[in-house]
Amino acid sequence: MKAAITSTGNTLDSLLDQHFGRCQYFVVYDTDSKSIEFLPNPFKTMEEGAGYSVVQLLVSKGVNKVISGEFGLKVKPILDSHKIQMIIIKDPNKRINGILELLNHY
Amino acid sequence: MSPKLKVLRRVSGPPPIKGFRPYGEATNHRIADPVNLLYEEYEALRLSDYERLNHHQASVVMGVSRPTFTRIYARALQKIASAFVEGRQISIEGGKIFFDSDWFRCADCSCYFNNPEKDKPVEQCPLCGSQQVSGFEMEKTSGTRPSEVSYDECVCTVCGFEIPHQPGKPCNQEICPQCNGAMRRKKVLEFSHQKKS
Ligand SMILES: [Zn+2]
Ligand SMILES: [Zn+2]
Repeated sequence: MKAAITSTGNTLDSLLDQHFGRCQYFVVYDTDSKSIEFLPNPFKTMEEGAGYSVVQLLVSKGVNKVISGEFGLKVKPILDSHKIQMIIIKDPNKRINGILELLNHY
Repeated sequence: MSPKLKVLRRVSGPPPIKGFRPYGEATNHRIADPVNLLYEEYEALRLSDYERLNHHQASVVMGVSRPTFTRIYARALQKIASAFVEGRQISIEGGKIFFDSDWFRCADCSCYFNNPEKDKPVEQCPLCGSQQVSGFEMEKTSGTRPSEVSYDECVCTVCGFEIPHQPGKPCNQEICPQCNGAMRRKKVLEFSHQKKS
């Protein structure tokens, strides 16, 4: 299982980015191999269609779960059509390492 | 042209396949030019001729007006007919639709999550693994913002009678208290701005 977490920075103590399409980084975490990859979001300044491009990128990485503070109305059906599960954490103080710890129950 | 409001149609789930390919002679040169069946056209056909709902019932399930349903359905048939007659592939993709997935909340880590694999029941939190999960309604008009307000109702596909939806209980297991007809989930329509139709 691969999860992508939106992150404000490229370190494990970075905060969860509250925006999905325009986040700074994606942390791609493979729960099987425990590998962690920090992926800068190349679409964060894109004026339109950022969500669509981001989903294509994550699909190409084999991601099947996304974790963020919120998902926009436009991006939700795109994620749904790829059967990618959305997980929302409504806590702006949540850090990446804390989320990885939660995911380690797998 | 000013941006038009376009209704997103509700589709229960993506089709299990991406399309069809013809076989036999005189088909190969057509392979590069498929007929594109939109998700909502696939869904109209599925509801009408696979689940055998009438057009009124199917329009209720998809959350569109009956004339709109009839138009989508007619387009689906017309596309499939041209694929058959002209020996073209059918690709099933695109369309102004949203897939309907239910939302849940974890009482342990307080996350919200949806269930894209509708056939599999939700047994645990996908984040922390806790089994303290319960159904939750998302506010449909503002993306995935959690909301205490439920917009969902079960609607009778026969007489249109509505009862509030019980989270965690599929509407199609409910029986209409008015006429004993089959109930379906009714959703408030989602709107999105689209540049072109
Ligand atoms: Zn949890
Ligand atoms: Zn009824």
